[in-house]
Amino acid sequence: MPPTIALDVIRYRPEQDAEPAFQTYEVPFRDDWVVLDALNYIKDRLDGSLSFRWSCRMGVCGSCGMMVNGKPKLTCAAFLSDYLPGPVRVEPLNYFPIMRDLIVDITDFMRKLTKVKPWIIRDQVWPLEEGEYRQTPEQLDTYKQFSQCINCMLCYAACPIVGLEPEFVGPAAIALAQRYNLDSRDEAAGERLKILSDHAGIWGCTFVGECTQVCPKHVDPAGAIQQFKLTAALDALKSFLVPWGTR
Amino acid sequence: MDTFSCDVLIVGGGGAGLRAAIAVAETYPSVSVTVISKVYPMRSHTVSAEGGAAAVIKSGDSLDAHAYDTISGSDWLCDQDAVEAFVREAPAEMLQLEHWGCPWSREPDGHVAVRPFGGMKVERTWFAADKTGFHMLHTLFQTSLKYEGIRRHDECFVTKLLMDDGRCQGVVAIELATGKIQAITAKAVVLCTGGCGKIFPFTTNANIKNGDGMALAYRAGAPLKDMEFVQYHPTGLPFTGILITEAARSEGGWLLNKDGYRYLQDYDLGTPEPTPVLRSMELGPRDRLSQAFVKEQEKERTMKGPYGDYVHLDVRHLGERKIDGKIPFVRELCLKYAGLDPVKDMIPVRPVVHYMMGGIHTDIHGATAMPGLYAAGEAACVSINGANRLGSNSLTELLVFGARAGKAAAVFASERGEPSPSVLAQAHDEQRRLEEQFLFKTSGKERIATVRQAMQETVEQSAGIYRDASALQQAEAKLQRLQERFRDVNLEDHSYTFNTELTAALELSYMLDLAQVIVGSALQRRESRGSHQRTDHPERNDGRFLAHSMAHRGEDGLPQIEYLPVTITRWPPGERVYGR
Repeated sequence: MPPTIALDVIRYRPEQDAEPAFQTYEVPFRDDWVVLDALNYIKDRLDGSLSFRWSCRMGVCGSCGMMVNGKPKLTCAAFLSDYLPGPVRVEPLNYFPIMRDLIVDITDFMRKLTKVKPWIIRDQVWPLEEGEYRQTPEQLDTYKQFSQCINCMLCYAACPIVGLEPEFVGPAAIALAQRYNLDSRDEAAGERLKILSDHAGIWGCTFVGECTQVCPKHVDPAGAIQQFKLTAALDALKSFLVPWGTR
Repeated sequence: MDTFSCDVLIVGGGGAGLRAAIAVAETYPSVSVTVISKVYPMRSHTVSAEGGAAAVIKSGDSLDAHAYDTISGSDWLCDQDAVEAFVREAPAEMLQLEHWGCPWSREPDGHVAVRPFGGMKVERTWFAADKTGFHMLHTLFQTSLKYEGIRRHDECFVTKLLMDDGRCQGVVAIELATGKIQAITAKAVVLCTGGCGKIFPFTTNANIKNGDGMALAYRAGAPLKDMEFVQYHPTGLPFTGILITEAARSEGGWLLNKDGYRYLQDYDLGTPEPTPVLRSMELGPRDRLSQAFVKEQEKERTMKGPYGDYVHLDVRHLGERKIDGKIPFVRELCLKYAGLDPVKDMIPVRPVVHYMMGGIHTDIHGATAMPGLYAAGEAACVSINGANRLGSNSLTELLVFGARAGKAAAVFASERGEPSPSVLAQAHDEQRRLEEQFLFKTSGKERIATVRQAMQETVEQSAGIYRDASALQQAEAKLQRLQERFRDVNLEDHSYTFNTELTAALELSYMLDLAQVIVGSALQRRESRGSHQRTDHPERNDGRFLAHSMAHRGEDGLPQIEYLPVTITRWPPGERVYGR
């Protein structure tokens, strides 16, 4: 076991740096440390000016996504021992504007999230006195996987379309739309379909499936996109087959 | 300086804050509401809650049964009028969340399912597998997006409450992206900033849990209640402090010492049965289970690890299918973070700081002692948790008292005039303070992390599971010195853009104040009750201490402790009985 490991970390302080550049730090190597522990060691002991987001350190808050050796990772779950002998390259998530060091601007993602209307929409809302909407375990299973998204945005940093097409709603937001579409309590799949198919992005997805590969929660956004395309295509087909007056 | 104004300002975007915001938007659409949070709302620590949320929904259960479990669990320190309101409103709040789309686990016929939980005599804990907090928070956040009236200031860090003539009229905040100071005036402010587990070295709490709102209220003159009551959850993973949910035990997991013996049977918690028995053994309350661990440690029946002593949580006999069906996150966390598989391996666990029973003193409407200032969630102390909170009551508390505080703040705001313009002068003073004390200061020899670590060790050594006067007195002196050392802290980061060293310094200053309150309140309470165990005063003393401690900030900056009698309605103080 080596005594130390090197981290090459992107630094960018807009008030003083013309562009992002790497800075190397040497930290103790410990078997049970993750990349985030190493970053905290740097901040606490070596350089208080290094900035990054983190919170839960248990893979559920979604704050600490970064590029580790070129791959999008939750740094709280990326063990240093998997990157021996180092150096470990730590960069901000791909395709997002860098605000500072390892912190990226996610306001565009927040806008896209709202756009797909990720809430239950129904014609008839039951009064609470009527109790819960019934939903069988099987009905829950149809959307459960898509409800596991922690908005860590690793899938955006992995998606080649996000890089090419800024208006693409993106994997996580589409998966979230599908989460509500498949929920037996929701009645607005048609509305969301219209929102999504208005954008060229969804048709540009080539099913390379990087989003699904990097997802730490096995949400399978690629699967959601595929389901969406199929529904949209069938919908378009129906518009030719069904007489106008009956629609 | 950027200035904004709104009617109701909610600080914190976790479960309580979002529920409060939606309550304002739905109930009083003409009242403008803004949520300010130092993180994006879906990052809030509600996300980490696992096991479930309690509310009476099944036949065979009753509101009185839920109330009794909560009151006896609290060692009679909760206010019974608050508990009665809580259990009464809990079912509708939980149903509301179901209507908003929360993916609750279900019975085969489509009704919501419930599971047993520690200290509860009836199965009444709703759950979404073992990611209940995650699903509740995302449901609330996503639902909040549909209300155009809810404005958000994400990633803005509140440094001060604007007070005028004893009334709260807004906040000063740093917009993290730019470092700009914002003055946000409001007719009412609701603090929903969560707890302060990061005062301790070993905690399940996220990095953001620094007691911001508690310290802001305390500095503004509002008393903090029952701050000596700190919950140690009995089952945290060593080193990381990652929580292994109580649901692992409610589904049938066992706690074993180094001899493979279910040691809880030695601590008046019942006799071991192969399957879970409610209010018995592994389903006893958290305070008693964490105390039993220390006793086992003293008998040298725990195991030694690199990160302290531990015992085993064994769920292997549940089988892979049940583990994957009911506690999949436990398996995921163990595989990913501890390198073991609970299907085949026992899980090493030790008690870990988890929750603050105490907080900002409020009435049952969420109103604090200061007009215009409200609080809800872990930041607040209503109190329904008293000396020991039962697992699965806190998620429901976020909903019931988040909604109550939101509505009460909206009513207050709609009856008041615009905030006084004079408060803006305070915002300018605050900007100068931040620059002089931190951003422009180039002297100073102390590192933030060094002072923080010293604080954490001091509090752990003195205000841990067992306490005594001598350790607490020493801690008081040490914390006073740490306050002085904090004034000599040096920032290496003088940037305005996302300065996380500045926020870490401010968080440390909040935690130092609260550490003094925890230690001071623990020293004054010369009895043992619930999570507060004094080895020099081992008995509960209802004659003297059936009362809430109320910590006011004195002129010297130190806490002054007074007492407020507990409200008893129908359940006179009695013995806490588990397993018999």
